[in-house]
This record gives sequence, C-alpha cells and structure tokens, in this order.
Amino acid sequence: MDNMRRKVIGTGTAALVAASVPGSLVFAQGTPIKIGMSMPQTGGLGAGGQAALIGIRMWVDDVNAKGGLLGRKVEFIVYDDQSNGANTPGIYTKLLDVDKVDILIAPYATNPTAPIMPLVKERGKLLMGNFSFQVNSKVQHDMWFNNAPWNDARGWSEGFLEAGKNAGAKSLAVFAADAEFQQNLANGAREIAKNSGWNIVYNQNYPGNNTDFSSIIRSVRAARPEAVFVACYPNEAVAIMRSVNEIGLGSQVQIFGGGMVGLQFTPVMQSLGSLLNGVVNFNSYVPGMKFPGIEDFFKRYTERAIAAKVDPLGYYLPPFNYAIGQMIEQSVNATKTIDNKKLAEHMRKTEFSTIVGPIGFDKNGERAKPRLVQTQFRNVKDNDLEQFRSPGKQVVVWPAVDKQGDIITPFDRARKAT
Amino acid sequence: MKYSIYAFLTLLGFLGLSVMNVNEYVFFAGFVILQFVVLATAWNILGGYAGYVNFGVPAFIAVGAYTAVVLFKSISAPLVVQIIGGGILAGLLGLMVGLLTLKLRGIFFSIATVAVVFILETVVMNWRYVGGAAGLQLTRPPDLWFFDTYTRMLFFVMAVLAIGSVSIARYIQDSFLGRGLRAVRDSEEAAECSGVPTLKIKLIACTISGALMGVAGAPMPMYLSYIEPTATFNLNYSISALGMPIIGGTSHWIGPVIGALLLATIQQIVTVTVSNELNVLVVGVLLVLFVVLAPDGILGLIKKWKQSSK
Amino acid sequence: MISIDLVFEAVLFGILLGCFYAAVSLGLSVAFGLLDVPYVAHPALLILGSYFTFLLSKTGLDPIICGLLLMPVFYLIGIALYRFYYETFERRSSDTGVRGLAFFFGIAFIIEVCLILVFGVDQRTVSATYIGSSLEIGEYRFPYRMLVAFCIAIFLTTLLTLYFSKTFNGRAIKAVGQDEGALRLMGANPVKIKQLAFGIATAVNALAGAMLIIVGPVEPAMDRIYIGRTFCVVVLAGLGSMSGTLVAGLILGISESIVMMTFGASWAPAVSFGLLLLMLGIRPQGLFGR
Repeated sequence: MDNMRRKVIGTGTAALVAASVPGSLVFAQGTPIKIGMSMPQTGGLGAGGQAALIGIRMWVDDVNAKGGLLGRKVEFIVYDDQSNGANTPGIYTKLLDVDKVDILIAPYATNPTAPIMPLVKERGKLLMGNFSFQVNSKVQHDMWFNNAPWNDARGWSEGFLEAGKNAGAKSLAVFAADAEFQQNLANGAREIAKNSGWNIVYNQNYPGNNTDFSSIIRSVRAARPEAVFVACYPNEAVAIMRSVNEIGLGSQVQIFGGGMVGLQFTPVMQSLGSLLNGVVNFNSYVPGMKFPGIEDFFKRYTERAIAAKVDPLGYYLPPFNYAIGQMIEQSVNATKTIDNKKLAEHMRKTEFSTIVGPIGFDKNGERAKPRLVQTQFRNVKDNDLEQFRSPGKQVVVWPAVDKQGDIITPFDRARKAT
Repeated sequence: MKYSIYAFLTLLGFLGLSVMNVNEYVFFAGFVILQFVVLATAWNILGGYAGYVNFGVPAFIAVGAYTAVVLFKSISAPLVVQIIGGGILAGLLGLMVGLLTLKLRGIFFSIATVAVVFILETVVMNWRYVGGAAGLQLTRPPDLWFFDTYTRMLFFVMAVLAIGSVSIARYIQDSFLGRGLRAVRDSEEAAECSGVPTLKIKLIACTISGALMGVAGAPMPMYLSYIEPTATFNLNYSISALGMPIIGGTSHWIGPVIGALLLATIQQIVTVTVSNELNVLVVGVLLVLFVVLAPDGILGLIKKWKQSSK
Repeated sequence: MISIDLVFEAVLFGILLGCFYAAVSLGLSVAFGLLDVPYVAHPALLILGSYFTFLLSKTGLDPIICGLLLMPVFYLIGIALYRFYYETFERRSSDTGVRGLAFFFGIAFIIEVCLILVFGVDQRTVSATYIGSSLEIGEYRFPYRMLVAFCIAIFLTTLLTLYFSKTFNGRAIKAVGQDEGALRLMGANPVKIKQLAFGIATAVNALAGAMLIIVGPVEPAMDRIYIGRTFCVVVLAGLGSMSGTLVAGLILGISESIVMMTFGASWAPAVSFGLLLLMLGIRPQGLFGR
C-alpha cells in the first residue's frame, strides 16, 4: 500500500474507532456551547418540570451524539427555581454573568418566566419560551419565541365556551388564582364570554397558596352556574377537584374545567383518579392525536423516565421541550452562529419541523398556528397509571380537526359515564 | 473628624469599584450585601439600642419598594425621588406602628410587627395598580449617570445609602437619643422614673429605623426590574436583619456592619455555589449559636480576647 | 346576593374551623400564656408534627393514631427545649427579652429550612377514609376531615381544662405563672413544673400537627401564617385561659369564614393578624385574661 492510502485508511480507522467508543466523541473546536435555564423541579410545577427536563436532556444527548452544534459540544446548565418566580431573576443573572451561558431557555410555565422578561430584554438576549402565556405582552421583547401549543386566550376558552353553549348553558362562573398566568387566562375568558352573550354569575380570585376551596365551591354552588371556568395551577387544581367532590356544584352544571394546569401531569392524574371524570380541560397531546415520529420519542422517553423515577408517560411537556432543542439546533445550523440577534431573526421567519409538527411564530413571538385541544376525562379509574396510555380516557372534544368524541353533559352525568 | 475621613475614603473606594472592569455579578451580589448593611444598621437602632425586637422588617422594606413603584409608574420619578419617597412613607409606618404597640411588652411588640407584615402584604396583593399578587414587570429608564450599567449605578447608590445610615446610627449612639434608648433597654421603669421621655424617644427610634429600612427597599424594584409581594414581604429579611446585628454585636454601630458584611457575603457565596435555602439555615444556626454562646456578638468576643491577652 | 343559606353554612364551617384553630393554639396558650415563654417557634413545631405524621402514616397507620404515637416523642422534645431555654436564658437573666425571642425565632427558621432541605417545598398530604367526603345534611355539606378535627379539638380542650383544674400538677402549672414563690412554699419545684407544662404544650402540638395535615395539605412555609392564627387566638383569649382559647378560636374561625364569603379568599390571611392588632391596641389582656 502506498503512503497516501495508508494515511487515509489510518485516519479513517482512527476516527471510526474514536467515534464508536462511547463518551469519546470527536469535537472539532474546543469550547462547548452553553445552553442554560432554570426549571421548576420542586414546588407546584415540579411534577411537570421534571418530565420536561428529561425531554430537553434527550435533545442535548441526541445533538451531542451527532457531533454537537457547529462542531462544538453542547453543555447544558439547569437550576431548580422551585416553581417560584422570585428565584428566577437571580438565577438568570447568575446564568448570564457567572456561568456565561450562550443561549437561554425559559423556565416551564408563566409564573416563573414573567419576572425575567425585563432582564432578558435589557441584556438583548434570545429567550426560548416554555409553555408561558401572554408573558411578553407588556415587555414586548423582540427576541422571544414561546414554544407552547397556544397563542392567546381564544384558543383556550373558545372551545370550552362553545361546547358549553352547545349544551344549552347560558350562565358562567369564573374563578382563578391571583397570579400572572391564571389572571391572564381568566381575563381573556371573561372578555370572550361577555362578548358572546354569556351571563357571568360568579367571578372571584383567590390567593395562589390557598389550600381550602370549600368556601369558594360553596359560593359557586350558590350562584347556580351552568358552566364553570377555572384557571389554576397544579396544587390548586388538586385541592379544587377534592373540594368539588366533597361539596358538589349542583346538578345544573353542564361543563367544568377549562384552564386547569396540572391535570396534564401524570402523577396528578394518577392521584386524582376517578375524581377527574367529567372535567373538560386543555391539553397539548393525548393518545390518539397524530404527530409523526412521536411514538418513537415516547418509547425512548419512557426508558429514561423510569430510570429517573419521573412520570413514565410524558405526554404533556416532554415532546414540546424536545422541540425547543430542535428549533435551537435548526437555527444554529442554518445561521452558522450562536449570535442571539441572528438566531432571533432566523426564528422570526422560519417554520420549523419538529416532532410535534410544524412550528412558526408570529410577530409577538407566540405560536402562529395554535394546536390546543380540549379533552374530557372519562372512565378514569383510581390508582392506575397505565390506563392513560390508551385513547378513551381523555377524549378530545374540540377542535373539530382532532375530535375523538362528543362532549357528555351535564357534568354529573359525565362523571358517571362509561 | 476621623470618622468623616474614613467614611469619605470608603465612598471613594466604592465609586472606584463601580467603574472598574470586574464581573457584573460582583455588583449584583454587592448590592444585596450593602442592602443588608443598611437593614442591619436600621434594625439595630431600635433592636440593639432600645431592646425592642422588630420582626416586621419586610413591611418597611416593602413600603419603600412599593412607594418607589407607585412614584415610578405614575410620574416616572427618578431614583432619588423614589428613595426619598420610600423613606418618608416607611418612616410614617414606623411612627404608626410605634404609637400602636410601643406601650406593650417586648414580645407583644414583636408579634404586632409580624402582623403588620401580613396585613400590608394582603393589601398589596389586592392592589392591581402595583401588580397585585401576580407582580409587575418594570422597564428600567435609560438614566445611568456615568456608569456602564444600571446595576453598577444601583450598587453605588446602595453604597451611599449604607454609609449614610451607618453615620446616622453613629450619631444617634453618641447623642442624647442613644443614651435614652440604652436607659430604656436596661430598665424602662427606672428610665421613666429618672425623667427620660421614654415613649417619645422610642417613637423617634422606631421612625428612623423604619425610614432607613424603607430607603433600603426603594431601589429593589429597579434592581430586579420586577416586583411581587411574596418575595418582598418575605420573613427571611427579618431573620437576616436581626441576626446580623446580634452576631456582629448590638452595642456599637460597627457591630451590624461587621455582621452584615460577614453574613451577607457568606449568603451570596452559598447562593451561587449551593442553594438558596442554605442562606437562611446559615443565618438561623449562627444566630442561635451566638445568642446562646456569645450574646455580645463578635464585638463582645473581640473585647474578651483583648482583655484576656492583656 | 348572599343568601341566608350561604351565611349559615359559612358560620357552621367557621365553627368547625375555629375549633381547629383553638386546638392548634392550645400548646401556645400553655407555653406563652401560662409560662410567659416567648415561644414563637410554636407554629414551626406544629408543622414539624405534621411532617412527622406524614412520615409515620406511610406505614399505613391512620394519621390520628400517628399523632397520638408522636405525643410522647414531642413531650420529650418540649422538655429538652425548655430545659435548654431555662439554663441559657431565664437563669442568667440579663436581657432575656431580646435573646429569648431571637433564640426561638432562630429555632423556627432552622426547623423550616431543614424541612425544606429534607422534604422539598412540595405540598404533602395524608389519606384516610374520612378525608375527601362530606356529611350531607339537606343542601349543606360538611367535610368529614373538618368534623374529625373538630372532635379532636373538643377532646383536647376538655382534657387540658380538666387537667389544669383537677390535678395537683395541673393546678401547679396554673400557679407557677402567677406566683412562683408561693408555689415553692407549697413544696413544688417551679422549674420542674414549668418543664412539665412545656412538655405537655409540645406534645399537644404533635396531635395538632396531625390534625393540620388531615385538614389540608402542608408545606414547610406554613408556619408563617400560623404565627398569626395561633398568636391571634392566644392574645384574643387572654393569657392563661384554656376555655378562652376555644372561644377565641371560634371568633377567629367564624370571622375568617365570613370574610372569605363576602370579600373573597384573598383577604383571609389578614383576618387573624388584623384581629390580633385590634386586640393589642384596644385590650391587650384579651377577652378573658387576668
């Protein structure tokens, strides 16, 4: 063999050997690209946050297996903000000034994200939103891209209120926690309801750390509403469902639910069990919905989740968090830079193809084409996690394109329906 | 005379630091440390000199912070006006709380101050204009004076406030007010009998203490570009603001300064390296240790060591 | 429009709630009311009791049983705490006011932070057959968990009132707060008596903690709002009055329930602290105080 061929074969073999040895992947340039965020891993949002975190870590591992971004390894830095918005400004300042992170991802959910919007805008940093709602409306940051299946309040409440109208309901009760997300959503719902002729018979707020809803449920019951729209976070959702079960809402209620965060988290669904039946609530993904390639994601996710002792189903957040990574990856590869401004320009005009379908953003950084569904819990049994794998437990009732069944009313009948 | 020179040199030192090319995070953390110097000094005026334990520190901080928010939101007031406004209103709160509760015994005063925190917090939570329970996002004005970043400017402002409040505490300590407060702490009845106007001087101390805490709280909304009630009214401020003077030494104005610088720096290091909770644990444990073993604080330990080495 | 039905139900719920508040304040009534110890760590120990109940109930035992089992443990903790407080502060006099307060404040925070470090900030609950369903009387619904707490509260208050009035030790405890010298002359050791009282106060806290986690979910930071509720009850009652504690609890419970119904739940946290301030301003010795 002549020298040239020997060199080529030698180098090629060396590269092959290096690439096949786990953990010794060859990266062209030296310094890693740092991607950082805080994730609520404890506190009210913790159950969802832990699952979402696995979705992102899966992406980090996948992209590093392919050689990283621009030939550089991706280093992922994450802190726990305990579902508390008071912690996030300090954490994100630390990420920027101490950890020197290149690209920021927002924490899961509105309430931890709202406090860092002014900071990110002032520093001129790109921020990948993570299931926040209307958190950029006042600050108007132009490098904000919110990965969530919704755009504005219409996507949430329209379906809910429409279903209620079809069942003949005319009177509406609304109650929501006194916090950013819950208030944003409830205000949107109230606006829409007023404009479409609903009679609002009950309208109350409660403190975010309220644990006893007996007083509220009793007052709601006394107002005799035919539809009840709730905007709440996970801890409240559990307490509310328990209270509804204890005290009851009255036989005239046709439809209950709407904007209850937490009823999508598998641990919460498992612990509430049959208390969930009849509730109509939003979701991003339930079995039966068509997303190409998602089954494969769930298989890989479940393996990692079981090892980490986290939600093994991973329906609500993980695939979308993986998609955040995909969007970063596609933008960096297209623009060949990690300069936040150039990435933002690219994201503004691109429709990405992700495992949760095509995602594009409007001028506010919110999702251009929302794909939020309203589902009704049916036939849920106590203490059974695997039951949620099969369709029929969370029946999509809106919108028409994803519909799996008609809504069952009134609420009492739906609770017992099989 | 000597003190004024030291104070001026320290001020120059901080000014120099804020224009040096060091990591931004130094100013982010430094702001908090200096804020605790103000809070500890303010607490000590009533707690150390007079012996009345104020648990309601967050209420005064919050009055300062929310006054700043209202001034900023309504008339785009500059930072100096926000601080003055915050100080005045917090001082008024101090006066009111004093009038209501200073006639009561020690622990009742302390519990009453906790009550003020929660009542004010509930009021603020229901007040939409300042964001209510959800909080308010704020955009910093582009007004940086000659500093590179807003955080550096806030750091320097807080340094000025710290030196100012320590100077006030020093002045009080050596004045008639200070002697009267010490007499109240040692025995209120005896003080009354010897003609000390105890209620009046307690009220003055309460007002000044409250005003200084309000002044410490006023820059906070601009510091975070965000304000919300749960963090602002957090009782963690109480344990720190009372722990630092007790650990440093309550009898002299330098005690709170030592305690604050030492403890707040440890807290910031712990926050960056480990976690947030450990902060409170550090203060709590040190507080209990000092209260039990070294009631005169670090100053007391230094005095003992000096005496024993004579 | 608020119907009479709703008001009636709110008042009834307030009575159940009030008795619960009275029960969780009993320990403080003894420690602070009778013994004059600045026991601001009382709510923190209450939450500690809830968490221990949570741990113990994982073995399958009913939470009330867990609470009862924890009482001896907490009794010992109480004795140890008081002994330490006495040796360090009461004995040496000096300015016990500031230092004693600071000490218990520090203890409260240490307990809270340790709970966060061990359990995290998540809410914890226990389950039992009586949690989750209600007693239905016509249109009214009374959650069983509140009824259970109500019964335990009545039981505890009656027990303590009888103890303090019928037994030698109990009467000695009542006396030690009033006149230590006279008590010594009667042959009782004041320190031992105070120790006993503090132990009982802390033991009661264990059962109260079990009640707390039965009534609703618990998280480490809850000790802060309960400072308001427990001190409100004790101050309202007047120091040293056991039956006064029950009445004060009822006043607080009903007030909170009515406020929640009329102004909304956002104002509920201010009720206990507001009543407390009002009482301190108008009549610091409380309704039934000496």
